[in-house]
Amino acid sequence: MSMATGFRGNLWQAGRHARSLARTLAAPLLPDDVLGGLHPLWSRRAPQARVVRVVRETADTTTLFLRPGLAYAAHLPGQYAGIGLRIDGVWHWRTYSITSRPGASLLQVTVTAVPGGLVSGKLAHDTPVGSLVGIAAPEGEFTAPTGKPLFVTAGSGITPVMAMLRSHDLSDAVLVHVERTPEDVVFGHELRALPGVRVIEWHTSARGRPTPEMLDELVPDRPAREVLACGPAGLLDALTEAWPDVRVERFQPKRADHTAGTGGTVTLSASGIVADVAPETPILTAGEAAGALMPSGCRMGICHTCVGKLTAGAVRDMQTGELHDAADQPGRPVRTCVSAPTGDCTINL
Amino acid sequence: MTMSAAAHLTDDQVETLGAELDAIRDEVLASRGERDARYIHSVIRAQRGLEVGGRAILMFAKFPPAWIAGTAALSVAKILENMELGHNILHGQWDWMRDPKIHSTTWEWDHADPAEFWKRSHNFEHHTFTNIRGKDRDLGYTVFRITPEEEWRPKHLIQPLTNVGLALIFEYGIALYDIEQDKIASGEKSWEEAKPQIKTTLKKIGKQAAKDYVLFPLLSGPNVVANLAANFTANVVRNVWSHAVIFCGHFPDGTETFEEERLEGETRGQWYVRQMLGSANLTGSKTMHLMTGNLSHQIEHHLFPDLPSNRYAEIAPRVREICERYGLPYNAGPLPTQYAKVWRKIIRLAFPGGHERYGAAVQRPKARVTALTRRRTPARLAA
Repeated sequence: MSMATGFRGNLWQAGRHARSLARTLAAPLLPDDVLGGLHPLWSRRAPQARVVRVVRETADTTTLFLRPGLAYAAHLPGQYAGIGLRIDGVWHWRTYSITSRPGASLLQVTVTAVPGGLVSGKLAHDTPVGSLVGIAAPEGEFTAPTGKPLFVTAGSGITPVMAMLRSHDLSDAVLVHVERTPEDVVFGHELRALPGVRVIEWHTSARGRPTPEMLDELVPDRPAREVLACGPAGLLDALTEAWPDVRVERFQPKRADHTAGTGGTVTLSASGIVADVAPETPILTAGEAAGALMPSGCRMGICHTCVGKLTAGAVRDMQTGELHDAADQPGRPVRTCVSAPTGDCTINL
Repeated sequence: MTMSAAAHLTDDQVETLGAELDAIRDEVLASRGERDARYIHSVIRAQRGLEVGGRAILMFAKFPPAWIAGTAALSVAKILENMELGHNILHGQWDWMRDPKIHSTTWEWDHADPAEFWKRSHNFEHHTFTNIRGKDRDLGYTVFRITPEEEWRPKHLIQPLTNVGLALIFEYGIALYDIEQDKIASGEKSWEEAKPQIKTTLKKIGKQAAKDYVLFPLLSGPNVVANLAANFTANVVRNVWSHAVIFCGHFPDGTETFEEERLEGETRGQWYVRQMLGSANLTGSKTMHLMTGNLSHQIEHHLFPDLPSNRYAEIAPRVREICERYGLPYNAGPLPTQYAKVWRKIIRLAFPGGHERYGAAVQRPKARVTALTRRRTPARLAA
């Protein structure tokens, strides 16, 4: 036994030395940069996935089959992953529910093109087989139920539930799926053929939107079930109010109000200082006025000394007029000397 | 005593000029896109290819043709890494791509000086206070007497020699300079403040040396000595080249320096004028521009430090046209000429005096500003 431990210990030591050697040889890059340079799917720090199959589900919804790189962690059914696309030279990230079951050789994400949506439109209509996309580690608390489930989904809200339904370890499940017409139902054929799941389709073109009371009538044993819901904010708000125990997944985080003019309360999370910022005032100026020790340099948007990470809310770059929203890119570095808040926001400074 | 080349401009003209330059900047910002992203990715690929290729060839460094080819490839790789990649990425020129691997906050370069220290001294101090005597430490790098306004001291006698030495060890010189060795010596910077910085720098230097002077030579087995010599040569080539390019940015004849009081209430237009008058370009081929990290477009770089470097060549004719229209000099020349002028200045100013040739131009006296306003519009502006 001591021999085995010794051998493992030596192996571990050798591995450590090899890694340290690789780091020194690659400096100032990381070994991972070298690997990623050789093959885009070999990078662990900037993981990518290749699109190997594209299936059109409905007119505006497409499933992408992805072969992730070496580093990809397994997901739990119901979790989502960030998908990154380089559009006009700029990386854009959005999160999508993973619709494939864990353990499947290919990862699936099902994307509905949002009208006017830059990333969803490109993913749904203009990402051919062979494309590379960025992929982030799976995340999310909306995972498979432990009890007897009732799923309430609407529209693309079916996507996180699909991974749960496909993983086949559900018993006596009920799915109420709300959609405009039978033709608009994503995964329609597959859902209707699912064994062991009672699927109730609710078509709003014929019946209008369901209320919690109507759903209670439809599924009388609802109080005995673990309810998981995903869909538009209106439906989820109504369900949360009527059934306090419901577990919901929201696709739309509460976004900063972009139209309400500029100015707002900036929370500087590292220092704990909160500053009220007047319209068109740089965060740097306001933060300093509130007594925060802010890094600063040229104060004219050149030197990038004052950069802080935007973790919540949105700011407007006063030089370019661009809006940076933490909902689109959490942790985005912003130059506080030329950025003004639009509504309340948090910066990691 | 010479007048500043901008002395004839009225306040209004300076602001109009500023607005024209702002418009160029806005235009480039609005058009940044896939083409630019492809450019920087292709430079990164080329640089890494050269580095890996060069190091692979140098595994056989005892064989003279391999030594020459490998050393050349590694030298070019190191130059590209420092100039077109490191300098420009650390400026934030590519931050807009939101690529965490090509970002000013995450990039580390093949250089003795840790990126974080260089960003502060260069991006902030030098680019904000460009050519302000007493404020821009890059004006002589605290070692050289590069303006006759600086009081002559006997130590300046050796500055031509110092410059030869600095060229050879340029990366270490920059690292020392960013620790602010002058401020430590004068007591302006405390040891407590300097110590962690010195530690970080020594760690970086150690890593660089371990790679270039220990590991790669050892990996080449019987070629160890030749391999080490190749690494050393590549580092020196990079040092000498970047020293030459960088000294040609602000020191050739005709570049103006300014007094600190100019900063008080300096407008955007005046800031642009200072950047233009204080910088000098290098002329040459596309390859030349690439190898200088586009610092051959020093004027454009100083006007717009965070525009992608591949755009400087594109906007250069327009900047030059603006200079001509406003009657401002656009200082540009081939590297040998400009570098010779820098050397002549360093040698001349090693001795007392030098005001006749190199004395700072007199800025427009404040009292006359209002009197001149709106009277001397150049013909082309008026038309």
